[in-house]
Amino acid sequence: MQAAKRDIISQLQTDLLKLQGYKQTVRNTALDTGLGEIINAFPNATFPIGCVHEFLSATKEDKASTTGFIAGLLRALTDNNGAALWVSSSRTLFPPALKNFGINPERVVFVDVTKEQDILWVMDEALKCGALHAVVAEIRELSFMNSRRLQLAVEQSQVTGFVLRTDLHKISTTACVSRWRITSLPGEPLEDLPGVSFPKWNVELLRIRNGKPGSWNVTWKTNRFHVEPVVHRTHQPFIQQAG
Amino acid sequence: MARRFVSIWFRHLTTDWFTVRKPELKIIPFVLRAPARGRMLIVAANEVAEMKGIRTGMALADARAVIPELYALDDKPGLASDLLKRMADWAIRFTPTVALDPPNGLLFDATGCAHLWSGDEKYLTDIKQKFMARGYTVRVAMADTIGAAWAVARFGKDKLVIEEGQHIEALLSLPPQSLRIEPEIIQRLHKLGLHQIRQFINMPRSSLRRRFGPHFMMRLNMAIGQELEVLDPVHPVEPYQERLPSLEPIVTATGIEIALQHLLETLCLRLQKEEMGVRTAVFKAYRVDGKVEQVDIGTHRATYHVKHLFKLFALKLSSIEPALGIELFVLEASKVEEHNSQQSEMWKDAGGLEDPRLTELIDRIAGKVGHQTIHRYLPDEHYWPERSYKVTTSLDEKPLTAWRTDKLRPLQLLKEPERIEVTAPIPDYPPMLFRYKGKVHQIARADGPERIEQEWWLQTGQHRDYYLVEDEQGYRYWLFRLGHYHEKVYQWFIHGFFA
Repeated sequence: MQAAKRDIISQLQTDLLKLQGYKQTVRNTALDTGLGEIINAFPNATFPIGCVHEFLSATKEDKASTTGFIAGLLRALTDNNGAALWVSSSRTLFPPALKNFGINPERVVFVDVTKEQDILWVMDEALKCGALHAVVAEIRELSFMNSRRLQLAVEQSQVTGFVLRTDLHKISTTACVSRWRITSLPGEPLEDLPGVSFPKWNVELLRIRNGKPGSWNVTWKTNRFHVEPVVHRTHQPFIQQAG
Repeated sequence: MARRFVSIWFRHLTTDWFTVRKPELKIIPFVLRAPARGRMLIVAANEVAEMKGIRTGMALADARAVIPELYALDDKPGLASDLLKRMADWAIRFTPTVALDPPNGLLFDATGCAHLWSGDEKYLTDIKQKFMARGYTVRVAMADTIGAAWAVARFGKDKLVIEEGQHIEALLSLPPQSLRIEPEIIQRLHKLGLHQIRQFINMPRSSLRRRFGPHFMMRLNMAIGQELEVLDPVHPVEPYQERLPSLEPIVTATGIEIALQHLLETLCLRLQKEEMGVRTAVFKAYRVDGKVEQVDIGTHRATYHVKHLFKLFALKLSSIEPALGIELFVLEASKVEEHNSQQSEMWKDAGGLEDPRLTELIDRIAGKVGHQTIHRYLPDEHYWPERSYKVTTSLDEKPLTAWRTDKLRPLQLLKEPERIEVTAPIPDYPPMLFRYKGKVHQIARADGPERIEQEWWLQTGQHRDYYLVEDEQGYRYWLFRLGHYHEKVYQWFIHGFFA
């Protein structure tokens, strides 16, 4: 009796996910993002593609680690042959460094526009284009209405969008499927070797629709993520910092 | 670009045609005859006959008196013009613009063609050999003007390729016949003792015009390049243009859209048939008050996709002001390129850079925010970080070298390196702490230095010693020292942020 009830509930949950726009496609399940146990935080334990993810970063240092994490995800999404579009107002990304994250920089099309409105327009158009695998946009703020528009754009095309927001004073509810915050952690030295070690980040999943938010420590090593559970939070919770 | 023209003179056009069909005629004197005013006249003579003094226009009986065994055939009326027309069609391989030059010549506009044969000389030799192979003897000359090329082909003594700007000198020693003028004028010139162009070319223009008439002046000016001569090509280059006049002046946006849709459909149908695609196109609206409103678009790859082109125009259609109404719409593809439909079919729905859908997206973005905003980056073989990549706007360009991965590079790079204050313990050691934007960063770990020298052939200045440092919070920076430590004129900079 108890088991049957649980079955019904899980069936209903998957049905609900479908209604909410989570499509279980072949590409979706086959996608290996290398995110390890973070994957359990997502609904159906699959990385949501065909949606818009939101990343927060206030400082230049945070922006570097956030773009690093996004680059790691892009590698999995574009899978050598795909193309991505990167739109920003003042591009600070250094293309040759993308190669260190397993992306061929020549397969990324960069669009540099000055107006915030144009960035949103370009992203909206790009998200509708099925030829792309991922679209990254660096913008200052994102209103609920605009995020809804982006979400509607991706639902047809199954392109994955990443929005990198830099102005943390205007955080509002958005229609994005998730909200992330990536910050740097001191690297762990390898067997007392001198010098700088592999990049290590504190990955906070602040919000995920139908999933379980959490916090992990992630190291980027040998072209993939290495996830370990977080022991204690090294950073203050984000909301307090912003307030 | 200097214009270049080629004149081809068929010396025995019709007799060569008979010789090709009857090779035995080649070695015997032979003429073509035609009846005129009750007697037989010679209308063409082959080379052997001409060597023996037979000229066109002689009576056949007179010629037979000179050469009793002279072989004569009936002339075919219209043969020469038919032959020329056929030759012109065939000669399209040498230049897109071929014009007839009756009665026995062709004219090429060879501007920008000769380099494909690696030089003017080789170009002319090839033309000559190709005609020889077909059995026609020709004289070919090349010059800056049609008149000069014509003159040199028929009367030139030694050189047949006249270099750029040399055509007037080449004309000086030629007889007045070479100017394509009426026989009476030629006679009058000879009567006055003017047997070479050099004798009258420097005479006052007004007296030349008074004595020899406007036609003579026009021909002279054409030969020396002071008057433009226009070729009438056998295959006119048809512009990719469609027109749509409207019965009543159009004022609504819907009306303009319908007109555009209609024009695009007809134009794209033609492009598809010819396997061409639009690169740039202009849509013009002629208003009732005489003003012309226009919008233009560009594409990154040639296309004849109506829906896509319509979308590109739709972004700009709002700038057309109909005012009192538009009476005529014109759509012109100002730049077209070959479009291989099979190839684009192959990439369809494949995703990635080759997918035509991406090109269409890029076109739309370029139409809205401008071409200059879209870039791709390719590796460049430079160590200097700012020069380690090159920018391209094309989607097709492939990297020629591999990206370097042996040295770590920061993911975020400052546009300009910024000054920082640094405490470093000993020369060439990484710094202990640095101050950037008022904040002190204690350095916990560091890698380096990586010395990058200036590329002296591009820029002079001091070298940079790069350090990858990590501060106590785990933030990682790319710092460098400009110049040697011991010279005491060094400076420290921050250049980037690692992930």
